[in-house]
Amino acid sequence: MTGDEWSIGDRLRIGNDSTAESENRSAADLESPLSQGSPASDETSGRIDVTDLTVSFGDVNVLEDVSFTVNPGEFVGLVGPNGAGKTTLLRSISGALDPSAGTVTVDGVGIDDCSSKASSRLVAVVPQETTLSFSFDVRTVVEMGRHPHRGRFSPPTATDRRAVDRALDRTRTAQFEDRAINEVSGGERQRVVLARAIAQETPILVLDEPTASLDVNHQIETLELVRNLVREGRAVIAAIHDLNLAARYCDRLVMLASGTVQRAGPPADVLSAAALRTAFDVNAAVTENIVTETTTVTALPDQEPKALPDSVHVLGAGTTAAGTLARLDAAGVETSLGPVPSGSAAAETASQLGVDVIATEPFAPLSRGPRDRLDRYLDTQNVMVLADFEVSAGNQVVLDRLLEHDPLVVVESRPLAERNFAGAGARGQYEQLRERSVTVSPDRVLDALDAVSAGESAGPSPETRSDDRAAASESHPYWKDN
Amino acid sequence: MTHTGRILTYSLALTALLVVVVVGSAMLGPVRIDPITVSKAVVNHAGLTAFDVSTAHQTIVADIRLPRIVLAAIVGFALAAAGTVMQGFFRNPLADPSIIGVSSGAAAGAVAAIAFPALVPLGGIHLPAFVGALVTAFLVYAIASEGGRTPVATLLLAGVAIQAFLGAMISYMLVHSGENLREAVVWLMGHLHRSNWSDVAFALPVTLVGVIVLGAYTREMNVLLLGEEDAHHLGVDVERTKLLLLTLATIVTAAGVAVAGVIGFVGLVVPHMMRLLVGPDHRILLPTSALAGASFLVVTDTLARAGPAEVPVGIVTAAFGAPFFLYLLKNREVHTL
Repeated sequence: MTGDEWSIGDRLRIGNDSTAESENRSAADLESPLSQGSPASDETSGRIDVTDLTVSFGDVNVLEDVSFTVNPGEFVGLVGPNGAGKTTLLRSISGALDPSAGTVTVDGVGIDDCSSKASSRLVAVVPQETTLSFSFDVRTVVEMGRHPHRGRFSPPTATDRRAVDRALDRTRTAQFEDRAINEVSGGERQRVVLARAIAQETPILVLDEPTASLDVNHQIETLELVRNLVREGRAVIAAIHDLNLAARYCDRLVMLASGTVQRAGPPADVLSAAALRTAFDVNAAVTENIVTETTTVTALPDQEPKALPDSVHVLGAGTTAAGTLARLDAAGVETSLGPVPSGSAAAETASQLGVDVIATEPFAPLSRGPRDRLDRYLDTQNVMVLADFEVSAGNQVVLDRLLEHDPLVVVESRPLAERNFAGAGARGQYEQLRERSVTVSPDRVLDALDAVSAGESAGPSPETRSDDRAAASESHPYWKDN
Repeated sequence: MTHTGRILTYSLALTALLVVVVVGSAMLGPVRIDPITVSKAVVNHAGLTAFDVSTAHQTIVADIRLPRIVLAAIVGFALAAAGTVMQGFFRNPLADPSIIGVSSGAAAGAVAAIAFPALVPLGGIHLPAFVGALVTAFLVYAIASEGGRTPVATLLLAGVAIQAFLGAMISYMLVHSGENLREAVVWLMGHLHRSNWSDVAFALPVTLVGVIVLGAYTREMNVLLLGEEDAHHLGVDVERTKLLLLTLATIVTAAGVAVAGVIGFVGLVVPHMMRLLVGPDHRILLPTSALAGASFLVVTDTLARAGPAEVPVGIVTAAFGAPFFLYLLKNREVHTL
């Protein structure tokens, strides 16, 4: 987690503002020396062990031999496609479902051996949907979180009231604590239910899609809050359908697919393009987010089977080149890049994808080594892709080389005028290249490659290149549209 | 105002209303008696003092009117309390105490005792009705239970089916009840006619104990409104609590129905009225509904007996309760719990 992100949390006033926190706690201690401020100070540490868990509904095994552990102070995200068994797993952990085989233990105690009272002191649950169709006020709903701690006839103690106040405060629901729960918005309601779970002061928190119905700001706010709860020592397991949020906030991910654990580990290891294809049947580009520096999954439309070349060399340093690399990688095309200045967007993406890069020093003219390596690619690589290539005096030589190469695809998102720093000569060269190439917008790069490959197999001579579009229009519907 | 303060304020106000209604009701009848005399007679009957009241007035108030009024209050108290519990329990605004067949069971027992007194060994009507109600409720519960769980929806459907079956049985018995038909029909309509202190002695202890124990579970009732799984996560032993609530609500309803017959609408309308006034929190809703139910039935029974010809009180509660409920439905949005 980066410092920047925490400062977002602080700005939203949900960050674990350490001074306010310690003031709260010391005030609490003055009022009642017996009270324990947070569950982190409880004796129960809250380690979840799921061992060989199998849950069946009728003859269908919804979960099969699922095993993993959640440690105190750890945020584990449960990801997987709809119907993978995420909710079933969470319900087993909270003791709402009895497993057919295997065990779920909290600190070594089987959760299905616990009474509901005992388990509700260990595990608090924020369900995916809550029936709150009656007019309890928000505070009353949060007070229900104290039910496990109260005797039948005892009135709420100072500890109970403090826990409720704290929970309302931390979820920023205190401002509407008097409003009826069925009159607040869906996002507010979700925070109220989270407040209820916080008021329960359990060492373990189970969240089922805590951000599903929230706006983007409340998603972040909620997960920052959960992060703080984790830092206080709680063990949190949450089903999160947004893979990027899961990767950003969770310490570890458990990827479920058809009832079994597909992969488990740090987000960057779990969320690979191959694993996503197996679990979600999705064509996804996995890159690192520039802002959060966490793994980011971009699902791409399913491609119709295309005649794609085996290998492609990409030229370009900016985000268009980076995106093109990711698309090609997700489509299973072996890719190489360069020459590009190290540290550029395309170079960063290439290193995440494990793509071979001809790296140059930034701002330096193209030296002999990289030039030779490019020549080798020009000899061996089938197709060249020019992705928003920025022409400068230093790399104009690349354009010379390309003039002798076929086939060529030019991907453009900005006009050349905005990225030509080498004058009219370069412009002329570029226009010449463009004439001989298939030119597309970034999202059409695969179509262009398809068209180029189809053209190759039909064997048109370089001289008929200008008729290429007409030829391609017979082989691919995209070109008919133009 | 604190929460407890609010409960106390409402409860005291409704108790005061009940006292006023009881005294007012005891004034009315073929012989009009002034409120001072009524109050004196009541205190005399309680054996606290010996005010100077004429024997005629003392007899009319203490032996004729008061047992009926007190019984009306107890039955109203019981039905409204049970209705509150049932609506919360089923999370259904349509639920009333008869929903799992308690009233039909009581009716079947009572009609059997009236129509074929020789065949029913329990004697009288109270006990057969009470037993019929309990047996039916537990039959429904047993049918709806599976693998240690009792889904509320199954319970509701089983209740409806059993009610239909018992309805058929009751009709059959009525057809063959001969000269006892009129008595059976009057009982079925709900009546407080010819009530005496022994009816009170039967219904009062059961109702009081039942409602007081229910009062200890109001927090669980609130949590159960969140749904059974949430309630489990909040430390409520759901199946045990459901069984307990159902048992108590059934016993309380059965006690009321056994002495007064099937009086509809009290258990449905009163909790809704009180919910509009005090909100859905059972900690305040249960006591206030029970007290308001007591006043409601005393008032409706007074209307039932004070008219030119006495009618069964069940007719009055439905005749006044249903339009009032419709008014609430249209104007005050009674469509949720």
